[in-house]
Amino acid sequence: MHLLWIYVTGLIFGLGISVSGMANPAKVINFFDFAGAWDGSLVMVMISAFVVTAIGYRLVFRKAAPIFEPKFQVPTSRVIDARLLGGSALFGVGWGISGFCPGASIPALGTGNGQVLIFTGSLLAGIFTARWLMRVTAKRRQMAAI
Amino acid sequence: MIIETVFTPTSAATGGALIGMATVMLMALRGNVLGATGILAGFMNPSSSADWAWRAAILAGMVSGPALYAMITGSMPAIDVPVTVPMMIFGGFLVGIGVTYGSGCTSGHGVCGMARFSRRSIAATATFMATTAITVFVVRHGAGG
Repeated sequence: MHLLWIYVTGLIFGLGISVSGMANPAKVINFFDFAGAWDGSLVMVMISAFVVTAIGYRLVFRKAAPIFEPKFQVPTSRVIDARLLGGSALFGVGWGISGFCPGASIPALGTGNGQVLIFTGSLLAGIFTARWLMRVTAKRRQMAAI
Repeated sequence: MIIETVFTPTSAATGGALIGMATVMLMALRGNVLGATGILAGFMNPSSSADWAWRAAILAGMVSGPALYAMITGSMPAIDVPVTVPMMIFGGFLVGIGVTYGSGCTSGHGVCGMARFSRRSIAATATFMATTAITVFVVRHGAGG
């Protein structure tokens, strides 16, 4: 029963991505093309999602705990460092080149489009590469400390 | 390559509201933020079988989204790709590295984090929105573009 609710949550998210146009790289790239074929749709998606989430979160956080788990697991880090900003900057470059972000590409897989498959495969390769790099640098730092 | 698109404020706002609704539901049900990067990363490297199961369920739901859309509207959502295959591969790889180091993407930082008024997420979102715009400008209007 719990998993069915989670599935429905994903389904609503996937429907939202489909309706919004976020799964369409042409629309996404045009949003950022202020000097050319500008399409402002994306700002409506973000404002709408932001307003609903900001209000909804306020209502949810009035409860002591979520329905199926003992407590809320909200990210607690407040650090703004080179890793956060550098990673985000790199993500933007990739988003600008491809027109897909992870949250849009996962639902878009459901259309069976080959380009989405290529993007998502590369996305996973990038995630694995970054994790490997993080492990290597963490190990090196440990060695240096000894 | 440029594919013109039209401004669709109603469907954009409706889609955004559905995205927000799902984001609130996941917090109400399980107490998790709905960040695509975090869900995907945890799915490939789960901490337990229960942890894997909810991630698998939400990912399955996401992938079913376009089919539900097709049932309602009669056609799959449009995916027009103004990008070559090598660019798609390169772009996807950069997104993967970037979201891992940046700990989030448009859904995690841009929606969940911003809605909690997290300064960290606001900084991340401002950064990637800026570099995306710069990249699109360079690709489309830069040297030879």
